[in-house]
Amino acid sequence: MAVGDKPAPPAERLNGQAYARPSRLRAILIGNRFHTGFVRLSVIYILLIVLAFLFLLPFYWMVNTALKPANQVFTLPPTWIPQPAMWSNFYTALTTTTYESAPPVYHYAINTIIITVNGVAATLFSSSLVAYAFARLEFPGKDVIFLGILSTLMIPFAVVMVPQFIIWRHLNWLDTLWPLMIPHWFGSAWNIFLLRQFFMTIPREYDEAAFLDGASRWHIFIRIVLPLSKPALAAVAVFAFVFFWNDFLGPLIILSTPENFTLTIFLANFSVAYRGTPWNLYMAAALIIILPCLILFFFSQNAFLKGITVTDIKG
Amino acid sequence: MNTTGFTVHNTIWRSRRLRDALVAYAFILPWIIGFVLFVGGPIVASFGLSFFRWKMIAPPRFYGLTHYINMFTSDELFRISIWVTFKFVLISVPIGQILALGLALLLNQRVVMLGFWRSVFYLPAVVSGVAGSIIWVWMYHNELGIVNNGLQLIGLEGRNWLFDRPMVLGALVVKSLWNIGIPMVIYLAALQGLPQQLYEAADIDGAGEGAKFFAITLPMLSPAIFFNVVMGIITSVQTFAEPYVMTGGGPDNATLFLGLHLYQSAFHFLKMGYASAMAWIMFLIIFGLTAFQFRLASRWVYYEGDAR
Repeated sequence: MAVGDKPAPPAERLNGQAYARPSRLRAILIGNRFHTGFVRLSVIYILLIVLAFLFLLPFYWMVNTALKPANQVFTLPPTWIPQPAMWSNFYTALTTTTYESAPPVYHYAINTIIITVNGVAATLFSSSLVAYAFARLEFPGKDVIFLGILSTLMIPFAVVMVPQFIIWRHLNWLDTLWPLMIPHWFGSAWNIFLLRQFFMTIPREYDEAAFLDGASRWHIFIRIVLPLSKPALAAVAVFAFVFFWNDFLGPLIILSTPENFTLTIFLANFSVAYRGTPWNLYMAAALIIILPCLILFFFSQNAFLKGITVTDIKG
Repeated sequence: MNTTGFTVHNTIWRSRRLRDALVAYAFILPWIIGFVLFVGGPIVASFGLSFFRWKMIAPPRFYGLTHYINMFTSDELFRISIWVTFKFVLISVPIGQILALGLALLLNQRVVMLGFWRSVFYLPAVVSGVAGSIIWVWMYHNELGIVNNGLQLIGLEGRNWLFDRPMVLGALVVKSLWNIGIPMVIYLAALQGLPQQLYEAADIDGAGEGAKFFAITLPMLSPAIFFNVVMGIITSVQTFAEPYVMTGGGPDNATLFLGLHLYQSAFHFLKMGYASAMAWIMFLIIFGLTAFQFRLASRWVYYEGDAR
């Protein structure tokens, strides 16, 4: 981790001359003047506010529409604040069926929850297991296999998509949730990499000591390495949650009857079948669907940020 | 005696090493099984399948290189989809990286409430591709969308963005710029890790802001830029949810991305062999662009402590 890491070779020693004091003064007078300048600060904050406004606009537009009564969706110019706010839209969006005999929306939520919970558990278990071997154990072919794992990141899903589809068809598992659950119990390249990087930062003395006391590798993994890796595991868990919750192409290929759809498929189909009609319900449904990820983000920001930055990019 | 002792020691040592290796293989076994079943096996199958004609009903028929030849001679949609994908990657990746870096630089100016600003710009990255796409369809709506109504407020004429042939790809690029949270956070972390003494030294030499940016910040950030550009290319070549939901590839195939064309060939028209061949072209594009980046990298990426 590079953050907060400040090795400080003394500036005074530059060129072997001790001209630190006058130059630091000069730096404060000239170099840093702009840092606190009023103009500079205003430019920074104006830019930030304008950009933040643009980034939040889609969220505002979604919430605004989600709360509108049906007739206000089509008024021109658009109402910027819905009056009255129709909180019942959320209930309606959850319970309405999109067409005859289709299950209500919360049914899709159950499928998505099953896939997501399984995905998070599977990713945590399998990726940490594999990562541990690469961080701590010695075995022939270690480097080659690790390089192999990393290079699978470059393989587009499209390459393996058709053969995987054929496998599921042969197993008669098309249109079930199994193909969206089972493959994730075998580790995912990115998370193996991330966890390995983290495991390597844990001092080896801990497991050497346990090893000398007769603990098995499995015990060291479960009792020592995993408990010390909670921040990294949390990061992997939140990323896996967001990935599985939002996954689209996987379920789209596998699932074909409405009873088995996930939230993302429902939402995408909704757009195809109902383009332009109940935009308020539509935005309400979109909001409900993205809400778990937004809440998760707000409660685990640090895990998110750690997950992104724990991997040493220079590696 | 001495030799026996040595042999015994040697065998113990060997068996210990062997045992350790077996334990290690047990730990990575899940990945090996998964690789064979879901990655390695399918890769081989997909490559083989690309030389066969197979529409799932009749058994596969050997087709040689015909798929690959057809792609470039008779399938006009393929050529269109390659061109659409290239345009999108070439526009959205550089603009996205500049925006992400710009935001990170802004946030690195010791702003108050850093956590708040960072959250605002990161937030869209946790929104699913489908939900985000639908929000943007509604934003771009011709009469009722906030984009055209907002433009009208400042006296500009809107367009029917998603149905306007010259504009639609630009509209998708703008949507993609909304999702630059991850590269932004990576840039920000890299910026916060820059050694301050370099800037102090530059101050001593009387370097201006611009000189410091180009002589220190950019070279020191180059590993992060390289990483983000490569990841950006890999993901944007595979763009799927946005065109699927927002445009369906239209109007007039102006947003027929390679991923969408491939999906439709495989699962609408059941051309499994042809789709596999296209998937390999997609892989070659990703591989080519990544390899190209790696070649360029030796010229512009600066690794600290690297003697090259």
